[in-house]
Amino acid sequence: MADMSLEDAKHGQQQFLSFIMANEEYGVDILSVQEIRGWEPTTVLPNAPDYVKGVINLRGTIVPIIDLRQKFGIKSLEYGTTTVVIVVKVTMEDAQKIIGIVVDAVSDVFSIEEDEIRRAPDFGHETDLRFIKGLANVQDKMVILLEINRLLGSAILPDPDTLSRILDNIDQQSQALSA
Amino acid sequence: MDIDLSQFSQVFFEESIEGLAAMESELLKLDVDAPDPETINTIFRAAHSIKGGSATFGFMAVANYTHLLETLLDEIRDGRRRMTPDHVDMLLHSVDLLRGMIDSLMNKSEFNDPKLPQLEQRLAQALASNNAPETSQPEPAESSAAPVASDADSAIEDCWYIDFKAGFDIMRCGNDPLLMFAELEAKGEVQVSLLPPQFPAWDDFDPEGCYLHWQLKVITDAPQKSLQEVFEWVEDECEISYQRGCSTVTGEALQAADDTVDTQVGAISQAGAVSQAAVLGQSISQSTSQSVNQSQAATPIAGSSLPTATAVTPIEKAPQAQAAKQAASAKNAESSSIRVSTEKIDMLINMVGELVITQAMLGQIGQQEEINQESLLLLQQGLEQLASHTRDLQESVMQIRMLPISFAFNRFPRLVRDIGQQLGKKVELVLKGEDTELDKTVLEKIVDPMVHLVRNSLDHGLELPEARLARGKSETGTITLNAFHQGGCIVIEIVDDGAGLNTEKILMKARQKGLVGPDEELPEESIHQLIFKPGFSTADTVSDLSGRGVGMDVVKRNIHELNGTIELRSEAGKGSRFTIRLPLTLAILDGQLIRIGKHIYVVPLVSIYESLQVPSNRINKLSDGHELIRLRDEYLPVIKVFREFNHDADAKEIKDGLVMVVDNNNEKTGLLVDELLAQQQVVIKSLEDNYTRIPGISGATILGDGTVALIIDVAGLVNLAGISNSKEHAA
Amino acid sequence: MKKILAVDDSASMRQMVGFTLKTAGFDVTEACNGDEALKVAQTGQFDLVISDVNMPVMDGITLIRNLRTLPAYKFTPLLMLTTESGGDKKQEGRAAGATGWIVKPFNPEQLLATVRKVLG
Repeated sequence: MADMSLEDAKHGQQQFLSFIMANEEYGVDILSVQEIRGWEPTTVLPNAPDYVKGVINLRGTIVPIIDLRQKFGIKSLEYGTTTVVIVVKVTMEDAQKIIGIVVDAVSDVFSIEEDEIRRAPDFGHETDLRFIKGLANVQDKMVILLEINRLLGSAILPDPDTLSRILDNIDQQSQALSA
Repeated sequence: MDIDLSQFSQVFFEESIEGLAAMESELLKLDVDAPDPETINTIFRAAHSIKGGSATFGFMAVANYTHLLETLLDEIRDGRRRMTPDHVDMLLHSVDLLRGMIDSLMNKSEFNDPKLPQLEQRLAQALASNNAPETSQPEPAESSAAPVASDADSAIEDCWYIDFKAGFDIMRCGNDPLLMFAELEAKGEVQVSLLPPQFPAWDDFDPEGCYLHWQLKVITDAPQKSLQEVFEWVEDECEISYQRGCSTVTGEALQAADDTVDTQVGAISQAGAVSQAAVLGQSISQSTSQSVNQSQAATPIAGSSLPTATAVTPIEKAPQAQAAKQAASAKNAESSSIRVSTEKIDMLINMVGELVITQAMLGQIGQQEEINQESLLLLQQGLEQLASHTRDLQESVMQIRMLPISFAFNRFPRLVRDIGQQLGKKVELVLKGEDTELDKTVLEKIVDPMVHLVRNSLDHGLELPEARLARGKSETGTITLNAFHQGGCIVIEIVDDGAGLNTEKILMKARQKGLVGPDEELPEESIHQLIFKPGFSTADTVSDLSGRGVGMDVVKRNIHELNGTIELRSEAGKGSRFTIRLPLTLAILDGQLIRIGKHIYVVPLVSIYESLQVPSNRINKLSDGHELIRLRDEYLPVIKVFREFNHDADAKEIKDGLVMVVDNNNEKTGLLVDELLAQQQVVIKSLEDNYTRIPGISGATILGDGTVALIIDVAGLVNLAGISNSKEHAA
Repeated sequence: MKKILAVDDSASMRQMVGFTLKTAGFDVTEACNGDEALKVAQTGQFDLVISDVNMPVMDGITLIRNLRTLPAYKFTPLLMLTTESGGDKKQEGRAAGATGWIVKPFNPEQLLATVRKVLG
């Protein structure tokens, strides 16, 4: 397992909040989730990347809202009353930041053992995949566990096709490994 | 008892720094020829306190050095030494040195400034000079009790005989012979005998006086010195003699004592006198009947001290842990902490109390099943109250951050003195409005620009004494620092009565630098403004003081960053006046709300000159796409904000919208906006906390309806638009 | 519990004296100059007053002189904190009615020993 050095292994169970985006299910460490809100209009920030939807007033704090679909290069959905914003605490450049992420829907909360996470193999320099913590099977579904600090920090994410190819790759490799 | 003294170090450092600041400012105030005794006393007290503290807390280098200062100051204070300018100079240098020493103690770094031995030597020399009493002060006499039987030491001497005739007023100073005897008992077995008291006639008898005379025998190896310590406080008014010996009691004195003691006890109780004396009498009668049973007498004393001794133990651990924690946090706290008067905190607590009551009242209304006319009225009242309390609370919270400007002013007396000396100019510094309060952050950031302006006044403004005399002015120039509040702003003025700005020289220089066209004529006031241009410096030679490449443009920019403005007025031969206007706090801003498309922005009110509609015939389009408008005699570039910010707007052409003329580093620039909305105070929130810096935006605020509005950073916006120099376009 | 009033304009000395005495089980009240001490002293009966000499507003010797005029403090032990160079101050203090003195610098043990000496 030495070459699968992605994150320092932590012992025991971890809880994740999973959400749906473009038919894939993703999970984020529940400890980083501060709250879940409905979509509300934002104040647009000039010259911001298109996935930055603007800022909102979260009880006196100015919080930026990021559309995760657009961050992944997927066309965003029309926002409505069912659009969900997950407010997460992330650590970027040694500072704690509070950021809201727009997702299609919130799915579930689940616990998994550390050793049930299948680590993404090292793809070398081809793509920066450190924003993926690993994959996990939860009730026959594959959930992509996100390293939220890296996800929101890293500027370039693979386009959807590359991503799905990579994800398939991880899946196959890790299944081959466990077999 | 084990008490860790290091827990007090931080407080000692803080008060020492304050003490040094006081010393410095008093020294600068001092008129050397006729020093005010109170000023000297204050300086002395500061040195004295630092010495006492440093010696107590084990900072011996500081203690030794301040001892020299204290000695010198003590002599000056007592009139034994005349103060000289050299003394003041030495003392000022000492202040610097001690600051360095305290600093290195705080940072736990080593202090080895070569100035220390130098100054030490200078001080020692000063102390040794002229009629100084210096070190030849007679050693305090070893003992008033001369007859010490030291020659009898060879014999087996196991005890001391002490003859102790109490001073008449001894009780009135709170001294109690009984306690002294008890203290002696700690040194060995004590036998106390009372000699017949010499009472006066009844009418002259003073029940509060002491008429007693004892002889004591102490069986101990302790040296005389240790016995003398027991009587140290009273030795001057009591008759005490010590004799080394080995045996026999002077018995006859004891017997005679009995009845006379009774007399005094009786007299005392009749006079209704103090219990202390009664107890004393009682114990005396015991001891006279027989020599004191040592253990018996000692027991209650030991017993009484026992509970205190046990009480000590449990507490001891805590302070150590606390001290360690304090030491760890001390460094961080240093720059970020703020001292707040308890008064301000009490006020806050009161307001929070009010707020809680209002909240409870509103909560009650909220719980009602239905809202009727009556409860609606209550609700409105409650909300009004809430608004007023919130406003009060906001003001009070802001108050916490407010500090008097004297914190900034304090450094100037020294600065002016040193620079004046260096330049050979005579200067008087006048400080006014030192109590004017402003936000701590603003205060910290305004110091550097002020230092620069004052340096500038000293260097370029004030003339040399001869030149002043030649112009019919007094030899000594004056620089005045004045602070006051005016309409929600703090105004700081830096005024000098020097030569004023040399307009010809400035204009010449500006032409050289191409800032002004060769034939262009400017009104005097516009010429003055040229000194705020980047890269402008009029000094003939680049002096050590002003010509550091830091020009007035930097001062101006710094002040601008604080949302402030600076104005200059100057009159040839009379002097110059810089007026800095600053918001009271950085956290709140007077803003103009504007609308562009569906976006609402806030523009700081201080940077807005005016807003106007511009007809097409006054709009010029340049080849590079920029547009200029003609406003009176000036051409201003106009920034189409919507284009820079990449969003929609109603008015895409200048003629269709409003041009808001704003100040950018003394350049006027127009911003194209759709509509002016309200003016209001806004609380500045950081965008960088959770996001990053956005060019052209300085921060955000939350509007009354809970939505976020962005605050426009004019300078950033100008940069974004890529407008370099409007004058070039105009030319 | 014996009540002690500790007077010093220096916060660090005041804290040190206060902390030492409190730790030793005394009830300590602090004041930062003579004037304040004189006011505080009249709000209750203290068993001992320990005062610095050199203080602004009202110095320690004036404080002691004033305290002695109050019936409540006629016989109360009043100690002054002096420096070794303050020979004259000791005499001045005695004349004003001081019981004795503690010479600076002193450590907590010395302070406690002296306090116990006057409080018995």
